[in-house]
Amino acid sequence: MALADKDRIFTNLYGYQPWNLKAAQARGDWDNTKAILAKGRDAIIQEIKDSGLRGRGGAGFPTGMKWSFMPKEYRPDRPGFLVINADESEPGSCKDREIIRHDPHKLIEGALVAGFAMGARAAYIYVRGEYIREAETLFAAVQEAYDAGLIGKNACKSGYDFDVFVHRGAGAYICGEETAMIESLEGKKGQPRLKPPFPAGAGVYGCPTTVNNVESIAVAPTIMRRSAGWFASFGRENNKGTKLFQISGHVNTPCVVEEEMSIPFRELIERHCGGIRGGWDNLLAVIPGGSSVPLVPADQCFDMPMDFDGCKALGSGLGTAAVIVMDKSTDIVRAISRLSHFYMHESCGQCTPCREGTGWMYRVMERLRTGDADVGEIDMLQEVTKQIEGHTICALGDAAAWPIQGLIKHFRPELERRIAENVREAAE
Amino acid sequence: MPKVTVDGIELEVPQGATVLQACELAGKEIPRFCYHERLSIAGNCRMCLVEVSPGPPKPQASCALPAAEGQNIRTDSAMVKKAREGVMEFLLINHPLDCPICDQGGECDLQDQSVAYGRGNSRYHEPKRAVTEKYMGPLIKTTMTRCIQCTRCVRFSEEIAGVDEIGALYRGENMQITTYLEKAAKHELSANVIDLCPVGALTSGPYAFEARPWELKKTLSIDVSDACGANIRLDSRGREVLRILPRINDDVNEEWITDKARYQVDGLTKRRLDQPWLRKNGKLVAASWNEAFAAVAKVKPGKSVAVVAGDMVDCETMFAAKALAGALGSSLLEGRQGGLDYDCSSLAAVNFNSGFAGIETADVVLIVGSNLRWEAPLVNVRIRKAVKQGAKVFIVGPEWETTYPVTFLGNDLAVLDKLPKDAADALKAAQRPALILGGAGFGKGALGACLALADKYKLVRDGWNGFNGLHMAAARMGGLMLGYAQKGGIADLVAAKPKLLIALGADEVDYTKFSDSIVVYIGHHGDKGAHAADIILPASAFTEKAGTYVNTEGRVQFAEQAVFAPGDAREDWTILRAMADALGVSVGFDSFEDLRAAMIAAVPALGVEGLADYGALPKGKAGAKGAIEAYPIKDFYLTNPIARASETMQRCSAELLHGEEFTEAAE
Repeated sequence: MALADKDRIFTNLYGYQPWNLKAAQARGDWDNTKAILAKGRDAIIQEIKDSGLRGRGGAGFPTGMKWSFMPKEYRPDRPGFLVINADESEPGSCKDREIIRHDPHKLIEGALVAGFAMGARAAYIYVRGEYIREAETLFAAVQEAYDAGLIGKNACKSGYDFDVFVHRGAGAYICGEETAMIESLEGKKGQPRLKPPFPAGAGVYGCPTTVNNVESIAVAPTIMRRSAGWFASFGRENNKGTKLFQISGHVNTPCVVEEEMSIPFRELIERHCGGIRGGWDNLLAVIPGGSSVPLVPADQCFDMPMDFDGCKALGSGLGTAAVIVMDKSTDIVRAISRLSHFYMHESCGQCTPCREGTGWMYRVMERLRTGDADVGEIDMLQEVTKQIEGHTICALGDAAAWPIQGLIKHFRPELERRIAENVREAAE
Repeated sequence: MPKVTVDGIELEVPQGATVLQACELAGKEIPRFCYHERLSIAGNCRMCLVEVSPGPPKPQASCALPAAEGQNIRTDSAMVKKAREGVMEFLLINHPLDCPICDQGGECDLQDQSVAYGRGNSRYHEPKRAVTEKYMGPLIKTTMTRCIQCTRCVRFSEEIAGVDEIGALYRGENMQITTYLEKAAKHELSANVIDLCPVGALTSGPYAFEARPWELKKTLSIDVSDACGANIRLDSRGREVLRILPRINDDVNEEWITDKARYQVDGLTKRRLDQPWLRKNGKLVAASWNEAFAAVAKVKPGKSVAVVAGDMVDCETMFAAKALAGALGSSLLEGRQGGLDYDCSSLAAVNFNSGFAGIETADVVLIVGSNLRWEAPLVNVRIRKAVKQGAKVFIVGPEWETTYPVTFLGNDLAVLDKLPKDAADALKAAQRPALILGGAGFGKGALGACLALADKYKLVRDGWNGFNGLHMAAARMGGLMLGYAQKGGIADLVAAKPKLLIALGADEVDYTKFSDSIVVYIGHHGDKGAHAADIILPASAFTEKAGTYVNTEGRVQFAEQAVFAPGDAREDWTILRAMADALGVSVGFDSFEDLRAAMIAAVPALGVEGLADYGALPKGKAGAKGAIEAYPIKDFYLTNPIARASETMQRCSAELLHGEEFTEAAE
């Protein structure tokens, strides 16, 4: 049941062809986009709803429904905006990079389709600061689209005016959070806003705004062309479609690959990654969705369906489908400790639990790594993660807490062993 | 009006209230650090977490959550207790345990709330964070290691003061609050961040290590550094007032005071007149009270007496002097020391009729000859609020650095008779148009033209009086009510060539014009008035006597006595009473109560706290001439004898206005 080549949306994922407009049009992008827009706003949103597309940025919120939150009437003093989140900074994630590098026109066309569907005046593509070449490609691709009349005034001769602006970030992970991204776009310090009001009510410059992931936007034109039914024919109920999986770590051939949703973990690895380094017995644990979801130990993950609900059932999450595979050579405590350092480094510092807690957790994790701790501190650390989780303005607090919770849940004996060993060494 | 339930108590809350406000209405205390009634909601301290159903199964920040119909709010559940303990623990892990050497001790939100809501012990054994000190100017002392990043100070300077002075650098654990490039905070209200700071990160520089809050006697008083009449609290120990803090009064100062009001306090102990002095052969010689009164008696002025009142005197003193002059047969009273001679036949024409709270609701404001930031910073704050609500502001006079967008209409007063089209259209279309006439406008005789303009644009209408005179002296409105105004201003006094001139703390008078008069100076500081005096009778500063003050809105307010005057100095009214004996007349009062009763009998409005009624606005005559070249205040920090004696104010003036550099002792 593997995804056939004919069903791939990202046909130039590996850059075997040029990214430019001519090549993109040869691949089918910008093919009569006017006809898609002619269907009207409600029809497009309905089609996206029917396709079952869930946001590809990690939270998995139904994309069509998100678009429908935007105001129906256009007010010149409060225009709507589409913000496309290309601030891909989650450790392990690298799908948006491939899209922007090799298929930027899919994203730009998607911006027009999505922007039209939600009645947006313009789209802002917020590119991660470190993506220098990617931003260059995107700037060039947007210029190509303007020159060809595909966007701008009377975009694709549809009579709809739509601008696309590319904005480069400055390299802060937190700016991937939608409201922090909006703050950053406005030129302020990237700190998440309080919700409510949600961006659909008051976003960029106080205007209605929808923030979507690159992948969610880039697949929209293809869904419109090939129908919602086609897209919904992949994956399990409630987890429809195809998805870019980014497999990194201890597999034989790490890769980014478009696959059907709900593909079992073992099949994904066998088919595309040449298996686990050293064989399946050598597998230690998997982080299925990028650094901010709890890990899944080897014995539970073989048949894990790689979709939102499948990962959730195992106490983890699909996130961005950035699969980090770790074999038994991994120092799992050090790995999670390193993630803790990442969250400490990237916390914006606005609200108390995350600002103070991430540093505390990292320091305790570092001691647990060497075993220089008390067994009671494992429970204390667990409690500290619970004090952060759900107490913060944005989800970074949760993201910092979950990997540690996963570690304690599945690898507590390893933590205790290190402490015991450290005590023994000290006694000797 | 949504109906909510707080800990089982059902209540209706106003539309738009937050869950935190709902809890307070239900009588529940919600701990908070970042939330402040007068600032925008930041929601970042997470201390105010409560449990709300329906809602997500996690605690919610009550300060930022709108109260909605049917909410069931719990502030006493296990989840809430745990959440508060958790946040408190996080706040404390990097907060230094230096309460014994912290000036905030005893009035620290963090201390109080950790006792009430914390867990009692710490589980944090890692190294604590330390943050380098930031320089914020001569008034604000920083100990940034104590900062809990609540951002109240940042929001104050952005939202209330209207200057982008304070902000946050870096992120995560390393987030630091600082001024831009570590330059001094220069705003006139900058020290209010000290009150706002919930911990000891921003404390008072001049007051550092002076006293603990529980040692201080607290006295309610009124600020006399400008005509706004900010409500203040005097914190004194022994014979000295150690600090001045604002009191909350939404009609006057909300809860802010100017830096001058707060920090001129050290001037109260410097350059004081603590014994009588007599001029003998051109030199001042110390004397006893008996010698001083004998010298007064020797003047034998007959009817040739005049009184000039200073900017900071209370109504009782002015009334006592008036009674003395009256008993001698003179009514030559003047308070406008600088020579202003505007028409005072109707006090409604010189009063701030909109009120400070009212001017916030104005939609167009025309300011004539006033640098609000220096003349009345608290009014400036109100105008900024009005502008945030969409008000337009036009200013006639030289340009000054405003804290909101304005249109300057030039210096020429002729513009009042023929406003430019945008200003005229705005005033015509306005629902609540207002005019503020400041000291420079009064000085150039713009009152008549402004009154004509008020008539033309109907500044007075149903439920709204938009005509405002803005004064700069705390004694001005009280003085005008007591008749301290001659038709020709102080020139009338000069022309009368009085034998005896009684100067009540008058330090801005040009005494060379009174060279033929014997000048009796009754005041508290060895300033300009004392230098020109022939007889100096040491009196009390505003902290050392009870008194009545009327602010520029015509608001009558009472101040209490905090401490006693130094040395041989006396309360002003007793000096005037004794002078009456020396001059052989009777003034009709023997005690402060008698004096006050006589004053209220003469001017009943002075006996009632609140706004005095001055009747209807008179008509004026158009035709203003001349141009406003400059504003009367040349140095915000040195406008009165107390401030001029204050080292803190002198340093502020030198550093903030004249760019002098000071190095810290440790450097």
